[in-house]
Amino acid sequence: MIGQGKAWKFGNDVDTDLIIPARYLNTSEPSALAQHCMEDADPTFPNKVGEGDIIVAGKNFGCGSSREHAPIAIKAAGVACVIAGSFARIFYRNALNIGLPIFESPEAAEKIQEGDLLEVNEASGQITNLTRKETYQAVPFPPFMQELIKAGGLVAYVAGKGEQ
Amino acid sequence: MGMTITEKILAAHAGLEEVVSGQLINAKLDMVLANDVTAPVSIREFPKLGKASVFDKSKVALVPDHFAPNKDIQSAEQTKIMRDFARKHEIENYFEIGQMGIEHCLLPEQGLTLPGDCIIGADSHTCTYGAVGAFATGVGSTDLAAALATGQAWFRVPESLKFHLFGDLQAWVGGKDLILYIIGKIGVDGARYQAMEFTGETITNLSMDNRFTICNMAIEAGAKNGIIAPDAKTLEYVNARAKRDYKVYQSDANAKYLQVFEIDAATIEPQIAFPHLPENTRSVKEATHVKLDQVVIGSCTNGRLEDLRAAANVLKGKKVHREIRLLVFPGTQQIYRNALAEGIIDALVEAGAAVSTPTCGPCLGGHMGILAKGERALATTNRNFVGRMGHPESEVYLSNPVVAAASAILGRIASPEEVR
Ligand code: SF4
Repeated sequence: MIGQGKAWKFGNDVDTDLIIPARYLNTSEPSALAQHCMEDADPTFPNKVGEGDIIVAGKNFGCGSSREHAPIAIKAAGVACVIAGSFARIFYRNALNIGLPIFESPEAAEKIQEGDLLEVNEASGQITNLTRKETYQAVPFPPFMQELIKAGGLVAYVAGKGEQ
Repeated sequence: MGMTITEKILAAHAGLEEVVSGQLINAKLDMVLANDVTAPVSIREFPKLGKASVFDKSKVALVPDHFAPNKDIQSAEQTKIMRDFARKHEIENYFEIGQMGIEHCLLPEQGLTLPGDCIIGADSHTCTYGAVGAFATGVGSTDLAAALATGQAWFRVPESLKFHLFGDLQAWVGGKDLILYIIGKIGVDGARYQAMEFTGETITNLSMDNRFTICNMAIEAGAKNGIIAPDAKTLEYVNARAKRDYKVYQSDANAKYLQVFEIDAATIEPQIAFPHLPENTRSVKEATHVKLDQVVIGSCTNGRLEDLRAAANVLKGKKVHREIRLLVFPGTQQIYRNALAEGIIDALVEAGAAVSTPTCGPCLGGHMGILAKGERALATTNRNFVGRMGHPESEVYLSNPVVAAASAILGRIASPEEVR
C-alpha cells in the first residue's frame, strides 16, 4: 500500500528532458538529480514536492531518451508513484527495474486534479481519490512483471535467480 | 502463421521456433552498448549481480560520446568510471577519444551490428541498427547492467506496423523527411511498444546512410524498434565490415501486421518539425518565416558522410549568414577523414562553419553549442523537446542537412531551392 499523497498534475508526452534535463546528466547521484526533477516543466517543482506525493500525467509519460536518471530523479525526489494515461516503453521498463511504482489509468489521469489527495493500493492497482471520493482501476501488470516488482527490481531478480 | 522479420529474430534468439506478439521472452544478445551517461549507472549496479566478469568482452561496446571530450570535471569523472571498467574487464570495443564517434554512427561502421542480430543499448537511439536488418532497441541502465552480466534480456514481442513507401523522391528530400513525415502522421506515441518495419521501392532506392536516419527516429514515434530487411545494398555495406557471421531474415508474405500504411513518397516535401515535439511537422515552405540564431549539422541522425556531403554542396562558394552560428559534427573519425579527403570539410569551413571532433555535443544540450534564452536553432538532430539544446525558453526546429545548409546561408529556415 502506498500511503496518502498529494497529486501534482502534468500534461501529455512529458519527455525525459522535462523530467531531468541533459545538462544535469554529468552526474548520476540520485540526490543531485532530485534537485532538478521536472524542472523544465515546472521550475518550482523540486522545492514544493513532498515525500510521498504522486505525479499524475497524461499519455506517453517519459517519452524520449533512455536515461534511467529520469525515474531515479523522480524516486529520489520522494515521489511515491507515477500515475499516467500511458507510459513510453523505455520509461516503463526503467521504472519497474529500479522499483519506482507506476500505474497506467487513462481515467485516473483525466479525472484527478492538481492537489487531490490520493491513496494507491499497489497490489490491486486501485487508485482512490480521497478529495473527490472516486476510485479508478489501473491496468494490471503481467505476471512476469509482478515477479520483478516483488523481487525489488531487475538486479535483485537476476541476482536471486543465480545462473541463468 | 507467417512471421515478421522482428518476430523471426526474436524467436531465434529466444531458442524458439515461433513467437507471437505480446509474448514475453528471454533473448540472447549479440551486442550490448552503453555510453558515458548511461554506463556509470550500470556499472554501479553491476557488482550487485554477483558476476565477476561481463558475459562476453567482445560483445560489449562502450562509447564516451555524450559529454566527451569531457566538458567539465563531473563528466570527466563519469567517463573515467566507464574507462576504468572497460580496462578492468578488457572490453574490446571501448573507443577512446581519437577513435571515438557518436555510438550509432560508430557501431555499424565498425561492423559491430549485423543483420539478424539482437542488440540492446542503454541509449534510446539504439533502434538505428534496424537499418542493417537487426533487432535493436534502447533500454535503461539497469537492464544494461543485467545484460552485461548475463548476455540476455527479457522482451515483450512487439506488434509490427508496416510502412510501405512507393514513388520517387522529390529534390532535396531524404530519409529524414520520410521519417519526420511519418511521425507527423502517427504522432510521438503512434508506434508505442511496436515495431516499425519500412518496406517498398522508395526504401530499396535509399542509400544506407538514409536508411540509418529513418530507423534512428523510430523511437520518436515511441517504437520499440525500426527495421529494414537486408537487401543487396545492406549486404554490400556489412560485408565490407563484418568480422563474424550473421544471418539474414525477411518477413513472410503472410506475416501479421497490426496496421499497414501505404505512403506515396513522391508527394512528400522537405519537412520541418516545429518546437517542441518531432510530430509538429510542416513542409519547409510553411516555415520560411522562422529566423534563426544557430544551425547544427550532425548527430546520430544526420552526421554521416552523405549528410555532410549534401550540406557542403549547398554551402560551397557561399557564406554562412553573419547572424548565424553554423556548427558541424561529423559522426565518427572515419567520416571526418573521408570528409577531409573529399574536400567537404574545407568547403564547410570556407563557408564559415565551425567543425567539431565527433561528439553528441549540442544535440542533447550537453556542450559545444548551447542555446541562450529565447534563441532559435535548426538542427539535423532528432529531438526538439523543451530545453533540449539549452535554455528551457530556447527553441529547436528539425530538418534534413540540405535544408539546414540553406538556412545557414539565409539566416532563416529556407529551402535549398532559394540558394541555388
Ligand atoms: S547524437 Fe544526440 S540523439 Fe544521438 S546519441 Fe548523441 S545525444 Fe543521443
